[in-house]
Amino acid sequence: MSRFQNNRDYYAGALMALIGAGAIVEGSSYGVGKLTAMGSGFFPVALGVGLVAMGGLMAVFRAPAPAGESGSHAQSLHAAGPPDWRGALAIALSVVLFIALAKMAGLFPAIFACVSVAALGTRATTLREAALLGLAVAVFGVLVFSLGLKVQFPILRGIL
Amino acid sequence: MDAGLVGLMHGFSIALDPHNLMWCFLGVLIGNMVGVLPGMGVLSTISILLPLTFAMKPVAALLMLSGIYYGAQYGGAICSILLNLPCHPPHAVTCLDGFPMTRQGRGGVALGITMLAAIIGAAFGIIQMIFMAPYIANIAFKFGPQEICALMLLGLLAGSTLAKGSPIKGVAMTLFGILLSLVGTDVNTGSERFTFGFLELSDGMELVAVSLGLFGIAEFLKSVNSLSPTVKAAKLSYRDLRPSGRDVRQALPAIFRGTFIGSLCSLIPGTGPTIASFIAYATEKKLSKTPERFGHGAIEGVASPEASTHSAVQGDFIPTMSLGIPGDAVMALLLGALMIHGIQPGPRLIVEQPDIFWGLIASFWIGNIMLVFLNVPMISVWVKLLSVPYRFLYPTALFFVCIGVFAARNEMFDVAATLAFGAFGYLLLQLGFEPAPILLGFVLGPRLEENFRRSVLLSRGSLETFIDRPISAFFVGLSVLLVVAQVYAALRKAKPPVRVPEAAFD
Repeated sequence: MSRFQNNRDYYAGALMALIGAGAIVEGSSYGVGKLTAMGSGFFPVALGVGLVAMGGLMAVFRAPAPAGESGSHAQSLHAAGPPDWRGALAIALSVVLFIALAKMAGLFPAIFACVSVAALGTRATTLREAALLGLAVAVFGVLVFSLGLKVQFPILRGIL
Repeated sequence: MDAGLVGLMHGFSIALDPHNLMWCFLGVLIGNMVGVLPGMGVLSTISILLPLTFAMKPVAALLMLSGIYYGAQYGGAICSILLNLPCHPPHAVTCLDGFPMTRQGRGGVALGITMLAAIIGAAFGIIQMIFMAPYIANIAFKFGPQEICALMLLGLLAGSTLAKGSPIKGVAMTLFGILLSLVGTDVNTGSERFTFGFLELSDGMELVAVSLGLFGIAEFLKSVNSLSPTVKAAKLSYRDLRPSGRDVRQALPAIFRGTFIGSLCSLIPGTGPTIASFIAYATEKKLSKTPERFGHGAIEGVASPEASTHSAVQGDFIPTMSLGIPGDAVMALLLGALMIHGIQPGPRLIVEQPDIFWGLIASFWIGNIMLVFLNVPMISVWVKLLSVPYRFLYPTALFFVCIGVFAARNEMFDVAATLAFGAFGYLLLQLGFEPAPILLGFVLGPRLEENFRRSVLLSRGSLETFIDRPISAFFVGLSVLLVVAQVYAALRKAKPPVRVPEAAFD
């Protein structure tokens, strides 16, 4: 078992405490007020305090390490394993490409890039398969969203 | 009763309107499909389609979105029984006896029994809703802001602690969800909160961006290379679905017990279909004279959890429609959809929007019947769908996520926010959080703050107002009881009765 798994609940608690602290700091700048006259910051600060408390509890009452509980098929399928960098990068890049290309180049290239780059995140998918999938979804997407639902993008900037 | 009958007749006139009928059919069809496809979730599907319903009438939108939810339950069973893949959490437990049945060549029978269980479970759930929802709403009519506040507290606590995972983490997720819902302009003072200078945030976070980030992109990040390649499922025709008389006799009592458990669970927020199915399975095993058959293809082990799932799915709508308090993330999303359409959820909904309430109930009857007719003759088509590999599925779904989020309000900023939520959601999953309660907090947050402010304003700053009023005190008492029970259970370190196979959240 990795060290990350062992200390998981500490990190989880720290993350929540951090978010809570942020809410307290930012929230108190909105004016907390009193119970009789609550300011905009009252609720955020209260939630922040709650989050910090939960973060503390998480670190104190650590759950037993979850890995190795049962080697069932279902377990191995869905437990969050170590991050898969290739897949993560492909997915992130695919969304970024969609954002960048949709307005600048048009819907067709945006969908093509989005789908085929995402498809390359899996090692089993070949370049050819990814391109074909991108092409198919792009044709479908343009038909449905541009021509059918009239989403406001050029299909291919400068041409359509 | 009379009013119920009149309402139901009215509902059928709404649901049978060709336009609404078409959307209902589309909803259950998509739901069924999504249920079958490994790796696709109900939550992400509803979120993707949500922006597309903005142009529709609210009734049609709700009928369709709900259809996805209960339609997916029909498809999910197919995936569990034939492939041993718990694609949908409520059906994870069905794998235990469903897959052994498939191995023995009785997969068709298991599916046939599932259909029977589904229709009995759903019918009971709907009848329960017809009787209980107006009754509960009638009581809730008298609620002031204090009662609403206390009830929300109870609902959120139950929703975050009774569901899967650590209760402490669940509460943290709920708090985080409420915090997210505060982003934007404060309606009481007009000042901006947590917008950090982004103009796009002054209207608040987009519901679709939050849910597609947490349940769409995060899910893709998790399963991109870890979902095993699909196995070929056995060929089935609808002839194989017919169970023998002996099978039915064996399954029927289990179906009724499961239905009962499901309907009970649906009334407690946070214990939706997933928990119902586990309790039903455990109960069935305990009651059985031959518990050793379980896990080796016992038909009761399929019948009971399936019946409980379907009755809980329908019953899930009761607190949502009668109180405006969703029990789980799917209901929170549907409630959010209603609010986007400008409909204020709460006890007045049944009276003020009879088209929606009774139309929805009537569409449940129609939708469930449609689903049986979709599944029995088309079973071979669904089985073929099972072999669509995930590696082609998720890139396509990713595009739908992008365009869906954009279409919600024509804002590219939201697509970027979705990616950020996806990354954050993946981090949360790695740290052992269950992100579902975030959506509960996010949808209920603004109403919680508003009602809390109103109650304290009415009581001139005294928090005692929450325990001075009997109904509100009752809810607060229940909340305290819930926390005490959780602490007690944690101290005793009680082991759950069945080992829960971790399944993807829906």
